[in-house]
Order: sequence, then structure tokens, then C-alpha cells
Amino acid sequence: MRSLLRYLLKNYAFVLFLLLEGAALALVFNHNSYQKSKYLNSSNRITGNIYQTYNSVVDYFHLNRINKELSEENAWLRSRVENITGVPAINDSLVVTLESADSTYRFISAKIINNSVNKPFNYFTLNKGRNNGIKPDQGVVTGKGIVGVVTHVSDSYAVGLSVLNSRWSISAMHKKSGNYGSLIWRGNDYRTADLTEIPLHVDISPGDSIITSGYSSVFPEGVMIGTIQDFSRPDGENYFNISVQLSTDFKALSYVEVIENQDKPEIKELENIIRDDPMAN
Amino acid sequence: MIRWLIKYVVIFVVLVLIQVLFLNQMQISGYLNPYIYILFVMLLPLSAPRYIVLLSGFLIGLTVDIFSNSLGLHAAATVFIAYIRPFIIRSISDREEEINDYPGLKQNKFSWFLYYSAVMVFFHHFILFYLEIFSFTQFFSTLLRVVLSSLLSVFVIVLSQFLIFRE
Repeated sequence: MRSLLRYLLKNYAFVLFLLLEGAALALVFNHNSYQKSKYLNSSNRITGNIYQTYNSVVDYFHLNRINKELSEENAWLRSRVENITGVPAINDSLVVTLESADSTYRFISAKIINNSVNKPFNYFTLNKGRNNGIKPDQGVVTGKGIVGVVTHVSDSYAVGLSVLNSRWSISAMHKKSGNYGSLIWRGNDYRTADLTEIPLHVDISPGDSIITSGYSSVFPEGVMIGTIQDFSRPDGENYFNISVQLSTDFKALSYVEVIENQDKPEIKELENIIRDDPMAN
Repeated sequence: MIRWLIKYVVIFVVLVLIQVLFLNQMQISGYLNPYIYILFVMLLPLSAPRYIVLLSGFLIGLTVDIFSNSLGLHAAATVFIAYIRPFIIRSISDREEEINDYPGLKQNKFSWFLYYSAVMVFFHHFILFYLEIFSFTQFFSTLLRVVLSSLLSVFVIVLSQFLIFRE
């Protein structure tokens, strides 16, 4: 016993190394199921504040581009509103029209203050959190297309998985035919992702739009994902290999909208009934 | 003692900020991700007790992890190089020449420092990138990422020795 103690004291560096390395690896493997760690991510107050401050400085250099994007989105929205209502969207009647419309989805505007595109698993940080009504599992979109899903929330910041993260896939739909598959990012290029599970009989061609299917409660149906860039028919398989050019420019993200699905608790409850039902399996 | 402490705290903060606010934002390509915060572990005095080196490696790794949402990855890689640092220094130094207690560029020969940073950076990046992807399916493309990122990191580390940490 004493010699063991003496040995440990003599090699305390090795013992300490094993302890710290073990702790680090435990964190890695627990974090992989990404819901567990609550505080040790960039949504906590200190990191959030640092990113926020940094972002408020750097932002001035992108104002030109951000303004242009916002005005383009405004123009697009205005043309949609006009198509829906048939009256010019300048007067106040707009507010009334929207209130009477289907209000399942509520949009919360937020800003991306930290983002990456060049890792195998990319995350983003938002400048709004629980106090602004943001909760985990809400979708994040821009005027151009989808961005990702919120995973961790603190009081005033939130962290989410971007589409450029191979830990999740998105339920996507081929707009022309209505066939759906799943979109997965393979970890190479931030401009393209892969769409699988579109059966061979579907008539597809490069340039076709890919949109969200609405089968998950994260995104509403019809949010733009991208366009088909290229496809092939692999031998002996029933599905196309499609590469999709993403419509969102992940390198230049700034203002985004977080989507709150107000029917989500109800949908979840129903789905849980089916999952727990032994007869359903 | 207090002067040393303050100096290393400042280096810690500066390196973390450079890493998370500048280098992590560069996003040149998936193959070029420089990580220079390990300079903190590299620059600790050679006479520092080993538990200090290990603990500070863990701390700076964990700090970078929290900023980049990759909990534990950087900590694991940095603890590893903090542990093997004495062996690396022993193996790359000649027995006759005296190594300065402060393993910076100016205090030692240029070739020695280059070699030292190359070995440390390579081990760190190797563990970091393979642990991150956690598979050997894309072994060679990950290896390419390790090598290219290491080259860039060593370049930035040597450059920083000329610019900031001149003493």
C-alpha cells in the first residue's frame, strides 16, 4: 500500500494527466448527445457578451450588404402580400389581414453573433434567448432560406445547430413533384448539401427548388432550402444521389428569424400518444 | 511571482481572444483552421511544476471549447501536449547546449523553436481533428487537414513571436 502511494506521488504528473484527459474525454462523449451540457457552450453570459461586443464592432463593415439584403427581403415580402391581398401593402389594412390569417407560426427576429462554416459540426450563437421567447427546437431562417435549429438557450443568448452540421438531417421536399427526402450535410463544402431518399421514378432536373416539407414541427412547409445542382443514379439503388446548392449564404449570416410553432406542444402530445401505444408498433 | 502570474494571465486572455474572435472567424476553408492558443502551454517556463502545466492546458482548452461549442475537444488535445511537453523538449534538444528557462523564440535558436512548435502543434492538431470527426473513414482527408492547419498554425505562432511576445 505504501509503495503504491509512493509510486503515485512520484508519478503524480501521469495520474493528473489521466484524470484531466479522462475529464475532457467524458465531456466530449457526453456533449455528442448535444442536449446535455447546459452551461458550457457559447450561450452563457460571458461568452455571449464577448461575442455580442465583438459583433457590434465588426458589424459596421457589413452594413452595406445587410441593408441590401433586408431591402431585397422587404421587396419580396411586399410583393407576396400584394399577391395575397390584392391591395397595395402600403396602407394599414395589412395588419388586419395578417391577424386574421393562420397564426400557427410566430417569427422572432434575432441576430447571429457567432457562426462557423469550416468545421465538421458547425454551430451559431444568437443574441436573443429565453427572455425573448426563444426555446430549444425552434427553427431559424432568413429571407433566403433555412439556417438551422436552436439547441441551447440561456436568458439572453441561444446556440443552435446550423444546416452545416452532420449531426442532424432536415426533412426536405422536391417542390415540383411533392416527393420528400432528407437533407444531410456531408461536411465538405458550405454551399452544398446532399438530398437522399428521392425515388428514381421522380422526374427531377438541375435547378429544381428544394423546400422544407413541414413534416417536422421545426420548420413550416415551403421554406426555401436550395436548388438541385447535380444528380446521379447510383447502381443498384432505388434513390437518386442529389447534391443541392443551398440558397442561404452561410458565410454571410447576420439577421435571422426564429420560428415559433404555437401548435407544437399539441403536436408533440399527439405524437407521444402514438409512440407510447404498444398497439401502434 | 506576482509579475509572472499577471504576465501569464494577460497572455491567456490575449491568446483566447485572438483565437475565438479572429482565427476562428477567418473561415478560409475546412482545411485551414489555425489554432495558436497552445502557445500558452508552449511558453510556460520549463521549470514550472508539471501540475501547473497540465492544469493550465486543461483550462485554456476548456475556455476555447466553450467559445466554439466543442466541449472537451480542445481540452483533451491540449492536456495531451501539456503532458508530453517535457519529453518533446528533452528529445529535440542537444545535451550540451543550455536551453533557456523561457522557451520563446528570442531566448533560443530559431531552428530549435521552429522544431519545438512544429512537434507540439502537430500532436495537438492530430488529436483535435481526429477526435472531432471521430472516425477513420476519411483518414487521408483528415490527415490533410491536420498537416495544412499545422503548417498555418506554426507560421502564425512563429510570426507572433516576432510581433507580440518579444519581451
